[in-house]
Amino acid sequence: MVDAALLAQHAVNALMLGIMYALVAVGFTLFFGVLDVIKFSHGDVLTVGAFTGLTVWLALVAVDLATPWLAVALLVLVPALATALLGALIGRFVVLPLKGAPPLNVLLATLMCGTILREAIRLFYPGGANPKPFPALLPTTAYQLGNLNLRLDSVLLFLTGVAIVVALHLVINRTRLGLAIRAVAQDAEIARVMGIDHVRTVLITFAIGSALAAVAGIMHGLYYNEINFSMGLLLGVIGFSSAVVGGLGNVYGAILGGFLFAFLQTLGAMAMPFASAYRDVFAFAVVIAIMAVRPTGLIAERGVERA
Amino acid sequence: MGGRGVRVRILGVAVTFLLIAGSAAAKETVYVAFLGPLTGGVSANGIGGRNSADLAVRLRNADPNARYRYELISYDTECKPSTGVQVATRAAADRRVVAAVAHYCSVVALATVHVYHRFGLPIVVWGAVHPDITYGNDYREIHRINGTMINQNEVASKFMRSLGYETWAILYDTTDYGKGHKKYFTKYLQENGGKVLASFGVTPDQQDFTAELTEIKALDPQVVYFGGLTPLGVRIRAQMERIGLTSQFEGTSGIMSDAYIEALGPLAEGTLAFREGAPVDKLPGGRFFVEKYREQGYKEPPEAYGPFAFAAMNLVLDIIERVGPDREKVRDALNAVKDYDTIVGPVTFDANGQNVVPLITKYVVQDGRWTVWEDSAYARGERRLRRLGE
Repeated sequence: MVDAALLAQHAVNALMLGIMYALVAVGFTLFFGVLDVIKFSHGDVLTVGAFTGLTVWLALVAVDLATPWLAVALLVLVPALATALLGALIGRFVVLPLKGAPPLNVLLATLMCGTILREAIRLFYPGGANPKPFPALLPTTAYQLGNLNLRLDSVLLFLTGVAIVVALHLVINRTRLGLAIRAVAQDAEIARVMGIDHVRTVLITFAIGSALAAVAGIMHGLYYNEINFSMGLLLGVIGFSSAVVGGLGNVYGAILGGFLFAFLQTLGAMAMPFASAYRDVFAFAVVIAIMAVRPTGLIAERGVERA
Repeated sequence: MGGRGVRVRILGVAVTFLLIAGSAAAKETVYVAFLGPLTGGVSANGIGGRNSADLAVRLRNADPNARYRYELISYDTECKPSTGVQVATRAAADRRVVAAVAHYCSVVALATVHVYHRFGLPIVVWGAVHPDITYGNDYREIHRINGTMINQNEVASKFMRSLGYETWAILYDTTDYGKGHKKYFTKYLQENGGKVLASFGVTPDQQDFTAELTEIKALDPQVVYFGGLTPLGVRIRAQMERIGLTSQFEGTSGIMSDAYIEALGPLAEGTLAFREGAPVDKLPGGRFFVEKYREQGYKEPPEAYGPFAFAAMNLVLDIIERVGPDREKVRDALNAVKDYDTIVGPVTFDANGQNVVPLITKYVVQDGRWTVWEDSAYARGERRLRRLGE
């Protein structure tokens, strides 16, 4: 009765969702790692990234330079750089000045910051209140394997996501910068004593996390061929939940959490066809259950004691 | 003696003067309101409706025989009940506003009918199709020029069965609007011998439908029916293609907009939808509307429900001309409307203020246009709908 190809189709759908969630979740976990803060503007930084990408595309069309591969490269690079800068600015002028304040203040300040970004897009981007069609730039060749329909653009997007996660892994584990990030994450005071520039490391971490959000935003646009000003809202909440359920502060936990959430959503729609509208309710309920059983997440951050 | 004659003559001159002055002086300004989604996912329909209502006002102001000068105040409901109640209250509380042409979104209309009743503001609905807007209350202020989703789904199910389709999967958004479509379509489909393999509720802001569509793919229905609005319709149609679901796509009046075709491009080809009223460009009044709309140079198209907004506003203005700018008189006159001729066909309001004209037109997207079914290459057999005769 259960068709293997259909299960594979579900798996492909979930993997695509999962890689996007994972990229968002990694940002949350990086920020928490270096500064023990929860930066709730993250989802809206993603939206800014996606709209920057759309602007780049419209500019390319305007100057008649819209060849697909150049466009894809610029559509990823420019928004990534823009949001990296934006993330660093939020870190420098919103998060760092609140160091020492109760964590709730940072959470609120970044939440407001996100609302400002979101409303700014809605009000100031031309027609920003409406969903915007996003160009389909990747080849849409479809491979048919029984009931499994695999599109080349989905495969490329997924592989790009995986490559970025691997690159991040290498940066964190193989470079001096990564060493500094890990040192600050483990003990900021000792890291400072050892001569690591605290502010610089924190800001670079914010920049990296935010650039990942932009990539997730562009992937979202290329996959669904549509972006809107409130897309970051739910993605932010899901990314945050994924990071928490994976173990806040642990990059691999965040990736695991992202895929877990995507699979739960898919399972929700699969297992409850009579109530598929409740698939998010189902996924979040399972996340709550996991949090109850494992309060530190699936993979706990090393060397951190929690109250 | 002579003095009296002089007085009479002066009086006569004065009266003549007054008459001339009266017709030349500025007419009294009367305010009418328009409410619809001017931003958000279905804003294309809202703006098209606003422009069309505005066209009715402009044409009336250009008419030297009109008794009043009209001013249109537009409000943005964002297609959200919360915003809708706010702006409906603003419009209704503004005593200058005599009547309103209101609502594309059923959820907003359902939430606001109480406001109009409380403030006594007569309205004519121009696009929202949920039956309860008129039939769910006995408010004398509420009228609707377009039909309800009941007629629409009855015609849709009979038509699809007559083509020979047997099996359906239904997607619907879980607002009252989407649930209504699902309810009436399922009801009439079963009465006509069609088979619903599964129904999936989706949230109105859902982005990803691949899980639901993969489940549908397993059931392999001939038709995927969607009860909801354009933004979700676009996403569902696009994602059907992504996972290789080859069923015929059938929507409701909710996806009938140019925005649907613009967003999907060639993927829109062959999509079916149903809308109440006669096909506008076939009626003489409809051609007049299209021509005048073009003359006024609006940037956006009137969209599927623009003609209804135009007809509703024209009806309101006609009545104000007749009974004067008074909410109660306008309300009573609206309730008595019978066989009134408009560009969308004749209008007769029943006891609930519902226009009882059951005419429904079937549409199919052909070469980037919503084409009346009977005129399409599909009806002539030159093109085939998907999965027909399997």
